[in-house]
Amino acid sequence: MSGQPTPGANLPGEEKTVDEPVADNGSAPGAGLEREDAQPSEQPVVAPATRRGMWSDGSPDTSGYGEIVREVWRPTASPRPLPGDHERVVARLEELEGDPFTLVVFDRGELTVHVRRERLLAVLEHLRNDAALRYELCASVSGVHYPNDAGAELHSVYHLGSWTHNRRLRVETTCPDADPHVPSVCSLYPAADWHEREAWDMFGIVYDGHPSLTRILMPDDWVGHPQRKDYPLGGIPVEYKGAVVPPPDQRRTYR
Amino acid sequence: MSTAASTDYYAAPGEEPTTGTVYTSQGGDWAEIAQEQAERGDETLVINMGPQHPSTHGVLRLILECDGETVLSVRPGIGFLHTGIEKNMEYRTWAQGSTFVTRMDYVAPLFNEAAYCLAVERLLGIEDKIPQRANEIRVLMMELNRIASHLVAVGTGGMEIGALTVMTIGFREREMILDFFEAVTGLRMNHAYIRPGGVANDLPESGLAQLRDLIKWLEDHLPEYALFCNENPIFQGRMMGVGHQDLTACMALGVTGPMLRATGLPADLRKAQPYCGYETYDFEVCAWRPEDGWAGADAYARFRVRLDEMWQSLKIVRQCAERLEQSVGMPVMVDDLKIGSPADLAVGPDGQGNSNEHIRHIMGESMEALIHHFKLVTEGFRVPAGQAYVPIESPKGELGCHVVSDGGTRPHRAHMRDPGFNHLQSVPIQCEGGMISDVVVAVGSIDPVMGGVDR
Repeated sequence: MSGQPTPGANLPGEEKTVDEPVADNGSAPGAGLEREDAQPSEQPVVAPATRRGMWSDGSPDTSGYGEIVREVWRPTASPRPLPGDHERVVARLEELEGDPFTLVVFDRGELTVHVRRERLLAVLEHLRNDAALRYELCASVSGVHYPNDAGAELHSVYHLGSWTHNRRLRVETTCPDADPHVPSVCSLYPAADWHEREAWDMFGIVYDGHPSLTRILMPDDWVGHPQRKDYPLGGIPVEYKGAVVPPPDQRRTYR
Repeated sequence: MSTAASTDYYAAPGEEPTTGTVYTSQGGDWAEIAQEQAERGDETLVINMGPQHPSTHGVLRLILECDGETVLSVRPGIGFLHTGIEKNMEYRTWAQGSTFVTRMDYVAPLFNEAAYCLAVERLLGIEDKIPQRANEIRVLMMELNRIASHLVAVGTGGMEIGALTVMTIGFREREMILDFFEAVTGLRMNHAYIRPGGVANDLPESGLAQLRDLIKWLEDHLPEYALFCNENPIFQGRMMGVGHQDLTACMALGVTGPMLRATGLPADLRKAQPYCGYETYDFEVCAWRPEDGWAGADAYARFRVRLDEMWQSLKIVRQCAERLEQSVGMPVMVDDLKIGSPADLAVGPDGQGNSNEHIRHIMGESMEALIHHFKLVTEGFRVPAGQAYVPIESPKGELGCHVVSDGGTRPHRAHMRDPGFNHLQSVPIQCEGGMISDVVVAVGSIDPVMGGVDR
């Protein structure tokens, strides 16, 4: 879990007198950075994303907090070996498939392997068939839209389970908005049929090879994919005794 | 029911049928339909069952292709109850999410809340800090809810084959459970009772006494179902061998819960991957066994598994009652003032949860307490970036919650893997080749709740 703040660790510059020079100037909180949110820069694998201000985009700000910059730490590649069984799973996959992973994240007790979409089917086939892996259950296929993740805006997340070994694993693959194609896993896990249709319906991910990729929750003639971040929530302003409450997605909200 | 592909509004332009006659379910003029049927000269009928059919458990639509009364093919259509809950959750705080997920599977609302809250707690890293009493109350509420959900499954399933008494007594017992829920949470359904960090409020003063009465009531009345149904020849005749789906098919279609256990695999997440302290309770996993004397993997076996599970749930409820007597007065919300609500809620006589002492404190005594309360309610808490998937054993099977945080005060994405959504894929494998009347039995034994399926 590198990149995660160590609990109880001192902030850079803490426990020093004002006169002592700060050793590593770069890791000290920058101007405008909210002190309590500053994280000790352990070994940042990737630079953390930052968010500026208190409020949602376009909201008027009279609070004076508009210059606050918060660092957002995402879980990054985990140091090997991983704890317990997880290392065996990843090692076995590497033995079978070379090195198919773009990222292996072990975070909060859950293992996530990121694979490129070209290798998704091969990896899942081993995960299902190999006696040491044997993930019989594909519980869920869940789309996630990351509009800021350039070149990999759409993520398709597979939650696998193994009855034999009583394990869980998450496989994640990505595709860009411009080419939203991911191979369908229906041939391996027939249960993924409706889940992929839902991800197509809600995010517009095209699962190549799916037997009938049609909308499932929205009406057949619906335009757009509602759970994408660029799709508005909808709603109308409500007037009550002269005051107007805007719809939920246009209200000023905290970030 | 027109054969002409040109009247199918949603077909791709220029698409021509590749083989044979194409049956659509578009409706049309009866005279034309009868004319077409006469010209075709076969007995195939396309029947649109639902979405407002009373025996499809809500707004499930089944498109049946029948030869006489034999089902040639069946395609379930869902989405009629889609309300965009997951999208809405992205515009509310993490704590408000509990209010939304409870409306998904409305027959088992407390399971939705539990799955969601466990996932948020995992992201927050406070899984180990949930107070013991909060976990005991969660287990109590979930197991009572499991009994209530199974009663609905058994009761409505019975009603659909003409056993109306099973439904009336089923809803009678469920009403007793809902009365207890109302006393604890203030509401019969849509509780929003389980919150990230614990539960909204402690049991009311009369709660344990009421719980003992409820346990007594259930002990007295649960045997009736076995007496009415188990050996009833009509009941057995309608259910045995119907909706057959064996272990291989269950594995392929990701089936979990009573449907899987009815094939003989004792798979239960409460045992396999315990949460909320289930590993400390004494109960058994109910699954079909070859020596049971009836064939497994059908509607009857599922009914028997549900019946047995109610007794196991009652066993857990009794253990909860004992433990809750020991832990009176202990906290029910995590000891982190940045997450747990400071409001010290308690259900009052009006069903509202405000504590007058707390309101006096923030309005009359402490400016800081007021600010804290205000910030926690309007801004909420921030959840560290990352994702979590927490599966729990709901009455219908594996209910999983996938939440993604971008480090903000709202979920970046929240997704529920509802067992009913997954299980409805089994309708064709269970019904094709059987009778129309058996479709109703099979769908009833799957026990889908469309609120959860469509979300």
